[in-house]
Amino acid sequence: MRAFLILEDGTVFSGTSIGSAKEVISEIVFNTSMTGYLEVLTDPSYAGQAVVMTYPLIGNYGICHEDMESARPWPDGYIVRELSRRPSNFRSEDSIQHFLESYDIPGIAGIDTRALTKILREKGTMNGMITTDEDYKLEEILPKIKAYSPAGVVRKVTCQEKYILPGEGYKVALMDFGAKQNIARSLNERGCQVTVYPAYTAAEEILADDPDGIMLSNGPGDPKECTEIIAELKKLYETDIPIFAICLGHQLMALATGGDTYKMKYGHRGGNHPVKDLETGRVYISSQNHGYVVDTDSMDENTAVPAFVNVNDQTNEGLAYTGKNIFTVQFHPEACPGPRDSAYLFDRFLKMMEVAR
Amino acid sequence: MPKNPEIKKVLVIGSGPIVIGQAAEFDYAGTQACRSLKEEGIEVVLVNSNPATIMTDKDIADKVYIEPLTVEVLEQLIEKEKPDSVLPTLGGQAALNLAMELDEAGFLKSHNVKLIGTTPETIKKAEDRQEFKDTMEKIGEPCAPSTVVHDVEAGIAFADQIGYPVVLRPAYTLGGSGGGIASDEEELVEILSNGLRLSRVGEVLVERCIAGWKEIEYEVMRDGNGNVITVCNMENIDPVGVHTGDSIVVAPSQTLGDKEYQMLRSASLNIIDELKITGGCNVQFALHPESFEYCVIEVNPRVSRSSALASKATGYPIAKVAAKIALGYTLDEIPNAITGKTYASFEPMLDYCVVKLPRLPFDKFISAKRTLTTQMKATGEVMSICTNFEGALMKAIRSLEQHVDCLMSEDFTKASEEEIIEYLYRVDDRRIYVIAEAIRRGISYDVIHDITKIDNWFIDKIAILVEMENRLKTEPLTKELLAEAKRIEFPDTVIGRLSGKTGKEVKSLRNEYGIRAAFKMVDTCAAEFAAATPYYYSCFGSENEADGARKKKKVLVLGSGPIRIGQGIEFDFCSVHSTWAFSEAGYETIIINNNPETVSTDFDIADKLYFEPLTPEDVENVVELEKPDGAVVQFGGQTAIKLTEALMKMGVPILGTSAEDVDAAEDRELFDRILEDCCIPRPAGHTVFTCEEAIQAAENLGYPVLVRPSYVLGGQGMQIAISDQDIVEFIGVINRIAQEHPILVDKYLLGKEIEVDAVCDGEEVLIPGIMEHIERAGIHSGDSISVYPAQSISNKTKRVIEEYTRRLAKALHVRGLINIQFIVSNDEVYVIEVNPRSSRTVPYISKVTGIPIVKLATQVIIGSTIRELGYEPGLQPEADYIAIKMPVFSFEKIRGADIGLGPEMKSTGECLGIAKTFNEALYKAFLGAGINLPRTKKMIMTVKDADKLEAVDIGRRFAALGYKIYATRSTAKILNENGVKAIKINKLEQESPNLLDLILEHDIDLVIDTPNQGAAKSHDGFIIRRNAIETGVNVLTAIDTAKALVASLENREEGLTLIDIATVKNRTGE
Repeated sequence: MRAFLILEDGTVFSGTSIGSAKEVISEIVFNTSMTGYLEVLTDPSYAGQAVVMTYPLIGNYGICHEDMESARPWPDGYIVRELSRRPSNFRSEDSIQHFLESYDIPGIAGIDTRALTKILREKGTMNGMITTDEDYKLEEILPKIKAYSPAGVVRKVTCQEKYILPGEGYKVALMDFGAKQNIARSLNERGCQVTVYPAYTAAEEILADDPDGIMLSNGPGDPKECTEIIAELKKLYETDIPIFAICLGHQLMALATGGDTYKMKYGHRGGNHPVKDLETGRVYISSQNHGYVVDTDSMDENTAVPAFVNVNDQTNEGLAYTGKNIFTVQFHPEACPGPRDSAYLFDRFLKMMEVAR
Repeated sequence: MPKNPEIKKVLVIGSGPIVIGQAAEFDYAGTQACRSLKEEGIEVVLVNSNPATIMTDKDIADKVYIEPLTVEVLEQLIEKEKPDSVLPTLGGQAALNLAMELDEAGFLKSHNVKLIGTTPETIKKAEDRQEFKDTMEKIGEPCAPSTVVHDVEAGIAFADQIGYPVVLRPAYTLGGSGGGIASDEEELVEILSNGLRLSRVGEVLVERCIAGWKEIEYEVMRDGNGNVITVCNMENIDPVGVHTGDSIVVAPSQTLGDKEYQMLRSASLNIIDELKITGGCNVQFALHPESFEYCVIEVNPRVSRSSALASKATGYPIAKVAAKIALGYTLDEIPNAITGKTYASFEPMLDYCVVKLPRLPFDKFISAKRTLTTQMKATGEVMSICTNFEGALMKAIRSLEQHVDCLMSEDFTKASEEEIIEYLYRVDDRRIYVIAEAIRRGISYDVIHDITKIDNWFIDKIAILVEMENRLKTEPLTKELLAEAKRIEFPDTVIGRLSGKTGKEVKSLRNEYGIRAAFKMVDTCAAEFAAATPYYYSCFGSENEADGARKKKKVLVLGSGPIRIGQGIEFDFCSVHSTWAFSEAGYETIIINNNPETVSTDFDIADKLYFEPLTPEDVENVVELEKPDGAVVQFGGQTAIKLTEALMKMGVPILGTSAEDVDAAEDRELFDRILEDCCIPRPAGHTVFTCEEAIQAAENLGYPVLVRPSYVLGGQGMQIAISDQDIVEFIGVINRIAQEHPILVDKYLLGKEIEVDAVCDGEEVLIPGIMEHIERAGIHSGDSISVYPAQSISNKTKRVIEEYTRRLAKALHVRGLINIQFIVSNDEVYVIEVNPRSSRTVPYISKVTGIPIVKLATQVIIGSTIRELGYEPGLQPEADYIAIKMPVFSFEKIRGADIGLGPEMKSTGECLGIAKTFNEALYKAFLGAGINLPRTKKMIMTVKDADKLEAVDIGRRFAALGYKIYATRSTAKILNENGVKAIKINKLEQESPNLLDLILEHDIDLVIDTPNQGAAKSHDGFIIRRNAIETGVNVLTAIDTAKALVASLENREEGLTLIDIATVKNRTGE
C-alpha cells in the first residue's frame, strides 16, 4: 500500500506503508544511530514524535524483545528508507513490520530519508502527517499539521504506580518521566534498590521513603510544560539528598533552580555526539535524544556551573550544582542504544551517595 | 593539549615496494600524513624505497630518500638528517618492524630520537603474541585458546591438547604470510615449519580454530589525553577463515544488533586504551554467530589497509588525524575537514552501505590455487557505495574489471545440483556466484548457510538479486520493475541482456520513465550537519544533491581502478599529478575512481570525487550531471583508455592524444603503416585469428616467436613459442581471455630492451631519459631491472632512439605522454611497442631526472608548448646519478603460481636504487627488493642449455666470492669442466639427499634456475622454484639478473651514500 509523508511546509514524500495504515500527525525528528532501532522505538522520550532513521537499512537483526527500553514502542510514526525482508540474528523473535502492526503504529518506507533529514536540518524540526489516503488535499490538511503540538506526553509515558526493583545496596528513588529501562538496570547492576515513582509524585512522598539518592529520568516533550513537576523538584533541591538527572530530568532541575531552556533547531538524536567533561578535559562519545537544551547563560553561577559541553556545537551537556550533591547531564549514560562510554557516571552517583551517608 | 613544541623534524618511514598485503593504502596514508605534518610547520624527512609513490614526491616531504628500507640505511639516515622524532605507524608492518629493530638496538635512545605515534612498548604489546595474550587476559578481553611456539614439536603437543583444526599465525609478518589452518598433524608440520621461518622472531601462534564465526573489525582512534572514538566498524561477509583482505567486507556491520555492536565497540576502546595507542588502530574480532561470545583475533597498532577502507567508507581521514595526534593534539582540537563544523572527536554515522571486494590475481596466475585462506592473496580492492546492500554489491562487482558485471558472470549453469553443493564447500573467489546459482536451483538458505557459514541476511540479499534476474527475464519491463532493478544497481547492459533489449534501449526507456541516477554526499554525519567536501556516490530513486553547476572549465580525470598486476600504483601517481596540474591551470577537476587504497580517492585531491565503477554507464551518469569540457584518459592506465570510445559517444572531448591515434598504436595494420612511413624497423610479424594461421606465421618467421593477444595489459597471455606445440597451447590460453581481438605473432629478437617515456606537444618532443633493461628482451618490461641512464648503448644508438621517438610521437599526433619500447639487436634499433599514454615508468623517470613529466604532459594537453614550459625539446642531458628500478614479486603469497619470468608480467611492485655508481645503485636496488646477501654463501644452479656458457662465468664469480655451488647434473658438468667447482646434486625424483632436501634445509642463499620457455619447461623446475620461494630462498630465473646480482655483490662497498631525491635536478635545471 502506498503511503505519504506530508510535511508542514508542503513537501510530500511518497513511499510504502509499513505497520498500521492509520493516519497520524506528529513532530518529525531524525535519529542518526546505525544500530539500536528497537531501543529507539521503545524510548519513551519519542512520545509525541515520529522518528526518521537516517541509516537506510533497518530491521536487519529483527526484534529481540529483551532489548526493549520500555514495555512498548512510543513514537507516533516510523520513517525508514528500507526494512529488511528477512531479519537475521540468533535472538530475533519478530520483524519490525509485525511489531509496528501489533502496536498500531503507522510508518512509511522507501522514501529518501537523507533528503528528508536535510529538510529538517535546514528548516528545523517540523510537523508532518503520515497517511495512506491518496486523495489527500494539502490545503485542508496543512493547517491541521501546523496546529499540532506534542502536549501532556510525560503524563502519557510515566508509570501509573510506584514499584520497587529490589537490591541490597543504596536506596534510589527514580522519578519516571519516561525512563528508559537501562537507567534502573544500571543502578540495579550496581546493587541499588530502585523505587520507581510516577512523574507527578509529590516530593514529600518520595522523601518519606528516605532514599539515599534521587534519580531524575529522561522523558519526552517541552520541559517548561512540566510546571507541577518543577515545583516538586524545587523541594527536592532543598534537601541534601544526592541527585543525579538525565536529559529531561536535567532540564527540569535547571528550570527548578532559575535556569531557562530553549528548543533547538533540530536537536541531537544519535549515538555519536562528543561531550567534554570540563573537569578532566576528557571527551566521551554519548548517546543523545533531545530537542530542548538548557541555556548555559541563564544559569546563576552560584547555583550551578557547566560540567559537560557538546564539542560540536558548544551547547550545554551537564551541570554541577554549587554546594549541592547534585549533578545532571543532558546525554544518556545509560546508552541503549549507543556508546556506553559515560556509564561511569552511575558510579559517580554511587560515590555521592556513599559520601552523603 | 596543543602541539608538542619539541617536535620539529620528523622522519616518516614508508612501506617500501608494493607486495600483496602491503599496497597503495600506505601511499595514501603516508601522503595524507606528510601533508598533515607539513601543515603544522614540521620539517618532514621521508624514506621509502618505492619510487612509484606520491609520498616520495618532493612537494609532499621536505627531504625525500628513495633508499632501501633496512636498519643500516635508517641508522645512517638518522645520523645524517638528525630528526628529533620517527613516525613509524604510517608505513605498515614494514615500517613498524624497522622502528622496533632500531629501538631494540638502542639506536634511537643513543641518538635522542623519539618514536611518535606509538611507543615501542605498545608495538610489543600488540605484536608480540604472548605479550598480546597476557595483555588481553589482564583486561578481560577473550582470545581464542592459544599458545606461542618456537618449534614444531611444541605446536604438535598443543594442537593435540586443544584439538584440530588449529590456526597458525606467525609473529611479525604482513598479510598473514606463512599462516594457515591445519586440520591434521601433517598439515600442521608443513605450515608451522614454514611460519617459524618467515617470522622475524621465529615464533608462531597456535590457536583454537574459530573458522565460521563472524569476523568484525573496528577502526579506533585514541589521543594522548586518553580520548577514544571508533571511526567505523566493518563486517566480513566471509566468516573467520578468510583473510579480511580477501573477504567481501561491508560497512557498517549489518547483522549486529546494538548490543553486539556496543559490546565489541567497548572492547575495542578498552583494548586501545590498555595499549596506550596514540593514533589509529585496527581491532579484529571473531563473534560467535549464536551467542555473545567473542574473541579478539588481532590488533594492528598503526594505519592499515582496513583503516584506508574505513577512511574512504566514512570520509574520516584517519591518517591525517593520526599524524596530528602524534604531534600532541587531542581529538577535540582537530577539526573535521569534511564538515568544517565538527571535530575529530566524534564518530562518523553512515547513511549508506559500503561494500569492498578484493581484486584477486588468479587471472594472472592460472596455475595458482584459488582457495582463500588466512594468507592474503588479493593485489588490490574496489569499494562501492549505495543506499542499499544489493546495489553496493552490484556496483563493486562491475568495478573489478574482471569481465564480471552481475551474479551470472561466473557460469555454473552446467553444474549438477550435487556439484553446486560441492562447490559451496570451496572457499574461493567465486563463492558468491556459486551461492547465487544455488539459490537459482532452489537450494535452501539453511543448506547454504550451514556449508558456508555466511549469514542468512547476506544470502537473502543475493536471493533478491537472483529474483530480479528472473523478473527481468520473465516480466514486461514496466516503470516499476525498471526502477526496482536500477535501485539495486543492475546495469543497463545486464537488464538488456535479461529482457531481450539492448543496453541503449534500456537507457532510452529509463529516460522516458525518468529513472535517473542521483548523487549523494559522503559527509561523515548522515546529513546532520552541512558538509562542504564534495565526495559523492550514485544511487537510484533518490533526490540528487550534487551541484553540477559550471563555475569554470571542467575536466574529468578517470582513475585506474583496482591495483592489479600490470596496473599498479604508478597510474594513481599519474592521475593525481595530472589533477593537480589541471587545478593549477584553473580547471575544476573531477575524479572518478573506485579504489579505496589510493591517493586519488582522498577527499581533497580533486574539486569533486565521484566514487563510482569505471564502466561506460556509470561514467555517463557523472557526465550527464557535470557536463565536463573534456576528459583525460591517458593517465589512468588501460582502465581509462578502455573508456575512450564511450566518452566520445557521450560527446565528451578527449583531451590530449586523440582516440584514433591511440587506436592506431594498437591496431597492427595501421601501426605497421605508420612505422613504414617513419622508416622505423620492427620485428617481422603477422596478425592472425586461428591456431592454424599462427603456426603458419611462425613457420614463416622462424622460431622463436612471440605470441600475444592485442589490447591487453601487462603482457597478459604473451608467450615465447619455440615449437608448433607451444603455439597450440598458448592460443588456447589466449582464447580463454580475449577472443574477439586478433592475435599477434612476431619474430622474437634477442637483444637489449630499451624504454622511453616522452612528452610531445604535437610538434616537439621532450625525452627525460633513456632506460635500459638488464634482462634481455623476452621478459616483460615491468619485471625487468631498469637502468637510467642507459649504460650499454652507444651515443649513436641513443640519437637513433631519440629520432625514432620524435617521429613516432609526431606521426601519432601525440599530445601528452608516450611510452615506447625498443630492442637494440646488433646495433640495429627496432620498435616493439608504442603506448601513447602514461606508463609504469613515469613516476620513476620523473623522480630520477627531476623532470615532472605528468605535469608537463598535462600542461601540453591544456595547450602549452614544451618550449613555453621552459624546456629545450629533445633528449635531456643525463642526471648525475644512476637510478635502477628493481621489480618486486609476491610469489610466496600465491600458492601454485609459477615464478619463472617471461613476457607476461608477474611483479606486484618495485623499488629504487639510486647512487653515483652503477654498482652501488644495483646493490641498493637488490637490497631494497629484500635480497640481502651473503648469508650462508651456499647456492644452487640449474640452467637451461642456452644459458650454460654464461652460467660458467657467473658461477666463477660467485665462487670467487666464497660461494659453495650445488648444481644439477648437466649444469654441474659444464661448471666443473670449465674449472668452476660445483657439487652435483640429485634431481627431485632421485634419491635423497636431492635438490629439494637441500632447499628445505634452509641453508641456501640463492637459487639460479633459468627455465626453458615453452612446453619443454619442466615440472621439476616448477617444484624447485615454488619450494625455494615458499621457504624464503631468493630465486632468480633470468641469467641476466644473476649476472647483475653477482656484479653488485662484487662491488659491495661498506656504507652507502644516501641521496635526497628532492635535490636531484635535471641539468638543464628548472
